[in-house]
Amino acid sequence: MNAIPRKRFMALAAALAVLLAAGAASAQTVKVAVPTFLTGGGAPTYGTASKNGVELVVRAINEGTLPAPYNSVGLAGRKIDLVVYDESGGGTKQVTELRNKVQKEGVDVVVGYVSSGSCAAIARVVEELRVLTLLTVCGTPRIFEELVKEPKYLFRIINHSTAGNVGAAHYVVKKLRNEAKDGYMGINQNYAWGQDAWRDFNLGVQTLASELKPAKKQQFPKLFSGQYGTEISVLLRAKQKVVHSSFWGGDIEALIAQGKARGLFKRKTFVFTVGEITAHRIGKKFPPGQLARGPYGLYAEGIDTPLNKWFRSEYRKAYKQPPSSPAYHYADGIVAAKYAYDTAMKANGGKFPSTDQVIKALEHATYDILAAKVKMSLGKGHQAVTSDRWGYAEWDDAKGEIVVKDVVEFKAECVNPPEGVNAADWVKGGMKGAKCD
Amino acid sequence: MDPELLLIILVDGLVYGSYLFMVAVGLTVICGVQKLLNVTHGALYAFGAYLTATLLILYFQVDWPQFGAFAVMLFAAAFLGVLFGVIIERGLLRHLYHEDEHIIVLATFAAFLVLEDVLLLIWGTDPYLAPEPLGLLGSTEIAGLPFDNYSLSMVLLSAVVAAVLWYGLNRTQFGKLLLAVIYDRELAQAMGINVNRIFLLTFMLGSFLGALGGAYQAPAISVQPGIGVEVIVLAFAVVVIGGMGSIPGALIGSVIVGVARAFAVHQEPALELFVIYLIMAAVLIVRPQGLFAPAKPRTI
Amino acid sequence: MTWRQDKTLWGLTIGLVALLLLNFVVPDWFRSILTLSLARGSVALGLLVLWRCGLISFGHALYFGVGAYTVGLMSRYLGITDAFLTIACAVVTAGLLAYGLGFLLRQYRGIFFALLNMAFSMILYGVLAKLEELGSTDGISLETTTYLWYAPLGAENKTALFVFAVILTWGVAVLVHLYLRSTLGNMTTAVRENEIRLGYLGYSGERAVHAKFVVSGLLGGFGGAIAALTIGHVDPDSMVYWPVSGDFVFIAILSGTGNVTAPFIGALIYELIRTYAFDKFPEIWQLIMGGTLLAIIMFLPNGLWSLVDRWRSRRRAGAALRTGKEEA
Repeated sequence: MNAIPRKRFMALAAALAVLLAAGAASAQTVKVAVPTFLTGGGAPTYGTASKNGVELVVRAINEGTLPAPYNSVGLAGRKIDLVVYDESGGGTKQVTELRNKVQKEGVDVVVGYVSSGSCAAIARVVEELRVLTLLTVCGTPRIFEELVKEPKYLFRIINHSTAGNVGAAHYVVKKLRNEAKDGYMGINQNYAWGQDAWRDFNLGVQTLASELKPAKKQQFPKLFSGQYGTEISVLLRAKQKVVHSSFWGGDIEALIAQGKARGLFKRKTFVFTVGEITAHRIGKKFPPGQLARGPYGLYAEGIDTPLNKWFRSEYRKAYKQPPSSPAYHYADGIVAAKYAYDTAMKANGGKFPSTDQVIKALEHATYDILAAKVKMSLGKGHQAVTSDRWGYAEWDDAKGEIVVKDVVEFKAECVNPPEGVNAADWVKGGMKGAKCD
Repeated sequence: MDPELLLIILVDGLVYGSYLFMVAVGLTVICGVQKLLNVTHGALYAFGAYLTATLLILYFQVDWPQFGAFAVMLFAAAFLGVLFGVIIERGLLRHLYHEDEHIIVLATFAAFLVLEDVLLLIWGTDPYLAPEPLGLLGSTEIAGLPFDNYSLSMVLLSAVVAAVLWYGLNRTQFGKLLLAVIYDRELAQAMGINVNRIFLLTFMLGSFLGALGGAYQAPAISVQPGIGVEVIVLAFAVVVIGGMGSIPGALIGSVIVGVARAFAVHQEPALELFVIYLIMAAVLIVRPQGLFAPAKPRTI
Repeated sequence: MTWRQDKTLWGLTIGLVALLLLNFVVPDWFRSILTLSLARGSVALGLLVLWRCGLISFGHALYFGVGAYTVGLMSRYLGITDAFLTIACAVVTAGLLAYGLGFLLRQYRGIFFALLNMAFSMILYGVLAKLEELGSTDGISLETTTYLWYAPLGAENKTALFVFAVILTWGVAVLVHLYLRSTLGNMTTAVRENEIRLGYLGYSGERAVHAKFVVSGLLGGFGGAIAALTIGHVDPDSMVYWPVSGDFVFIAILSGTGNVTAPFIGALIYELIRTYAFDKFPEIWQLIMGGTLLAIIMFLPNGLWSLVDRWRSRRRAGAALRTGKEEA
């Protein structure tokens, strides 16, 4: 190496450092970074809807037009400066990108993440970077049970995936006992999310009604494989009538298209644990089936809180379709941030709060999101629980959209483990301490 | 094992195998003639699926005969084959033939990255669904299970494609020119064969077949970002198993993988993920150049 | 050539000192990008070693992944977090794997070699994604790294890791440089040019390829281990899936075969382009990456290092011209 380029490089580095310091200094807004899938297989299902939901709510907060109790301008009076970025590319890229966003661009709060893989990768980095982070979708219960046992900056504002699948087990035992008398089977994507989903559902059913038997072997096709002809043959041949599936995205749509051509849905009753998003999208083409996941999306129809009514009508106005659950999840993330900042400001005598004060306000809090009440009761006050609603999806000709019937609501304490108990151990151990009445 | 199940496994295997063949045959053709591995093949598949789905959605809004849907697929694939043949072969690869073969693969990888995002720019992130053709052909009962004829027709399509390619390569004037180019490009050129034209036509043919694979799959899947990436590795595996550039190899390799996979899904689903790679490794260990490898001259 | 005359050794050492000094100047995020560049650069260096015999692997994420997962699994199951021990194990594991697979792979050339490597990396991907014990697709998070008896926390740990990675990578690069200078190292160019002729000269092309392959596997494992320690998390999608292998080849092409320092500079430039493309064009960053790669292939087919060579030869030509004038 020559002497001149080295000098030039040092100068460049110094200039860079100055630039960064300047970037971080803008103080009159709260900079919120929102990672979601803008490209790749997660984009259609999650990316567009979550971005829409966030943008709608952020606009309303900046204008102060959100209904009470969130009808003030900004987060603790400061407007939100929104940065939406891409979540694809795996854990390494997400860790690097989070570092960039926080240290280079001075982001104050992170609201987002769809994939469990991203959440697992960034969980400890969040604590290291000391940036308030509200996880919105990713399901794995391992976040607070294994990865960050003493969380300070990391929160999740939605049930973890165990709750959804335990809810599914309750619904099957309660409403589909007859169909399931010949047993039940599973078709789930072959990755952590699909594997966990089946385990929790299966153990849940075994705890509640051990006379219902699972099939000997379950199907785990490769994620995004898109070809299910052989799997459909296996399902059609099996005597079990109830099928559990946590398929999402292009995979569930392909399974439905290929299954319908062979009469699969006339012979089987499917429990699609995240089918709601798809039911939304494909409407009439969705085969009647069970679908789940809490007071969001379709399940939030008919929940009459002012916040929910506002969100549904504004969303329809802006995007010409009803909001799906990712739109709710991400919007709820922003709402949670709003709650935490505003509450912390009140406690701070009306002055803009420090991050520590915001965290204190959110820990163990109970607050309203768009269509429900959230309790931050697990993970030392960092993991939310909500009730879980289940029902039967059907196309309604008169309304011209999918509606859910036969809705059963399971209380948060019924589908979630008690504080301090590992979710996997809880379902394996017979779900002790669940309060379902 | 009970014979009914065996029959079902065979049918499932043939359907999946024909899917693999349709996905891989375009890659095989280009690989055989031009000795290059074309990663843009994945994008061609995706473009084929997107264009077909878009056109089908429009087509089913007007009251034209439903079977015209198949003409729509053919048209979309042919259009894309010519378009990409010109853009990629003329615009990019032609300037690189003197480079190392790895550089050419990497160039197609780069072009693939670009095309993936072009896809996003044109069609956005929303998925496209056009399942109507799936129901057009009805269904058949085999061993007590309903199979949709659309999937079964893939087996027929694969057979037709393989037969036409075989005939074209071995029984026509163009095929003989191709074989001359495949065997020794420089010698062929010296004998007055227009190698540039042959390369362009081959690339168009390969691209057409890639797009056709996507076009025919479009009704059965949800057409959305990322479908191209999934296809590339599958197609590569088939090409390696069959022997680089061998069409009978690709056909037989696809069927072997298809049946083995069907067997795994029915009997031991845990193996499903590995079947194709295990077969690939096994074939390469036993027959390093693939099942049907063309002989290679040694140059000193 | 003596040690003193070797410009590359000087360059590497100056680079080492410069990076260690930079530690005090650059912000944390940039330091993390630098460390990652060292990791990816090491793998690309391995590819360049292979490239000297005309071979490219489209599956080097296999060794990268094995290195990274060795570190991850040692942390998770054995509670071993010592950087020296985990990196040593990672390198040895990857090296042993490369040695074993090498017996098969050394028989192949060209695209077959490239693809067979990819097949093996996809098998590993399948195993990792399938098995819950290996973290499945969610991966494994590492405990805080320690250095023998030294167990720093927070920012100090980041500094320690950076210094550690820089010094180690320097050592690795020097070793590889010395290896390439040796007779055994030089023989591989002959493999690329004409292996049959090499055989007639009494050398075994296959054995030369095998040796190179093991070296590249060791480097892959080393890079993976450094990346795992930097990120603090290992997962199959960003460490083993086939586009990751594509990235390594990208960096190798970007750098060029000229010199052992090239892949590290190439890796840094790659990271910077990616970071800014991601930042400014979140929806089409792939297009920018692909476009950059295409531009390099079209206009700089021998990589960035060819710019250095060109500049040097121009200077030499200029000098020759001047001395020539004086003589006249």
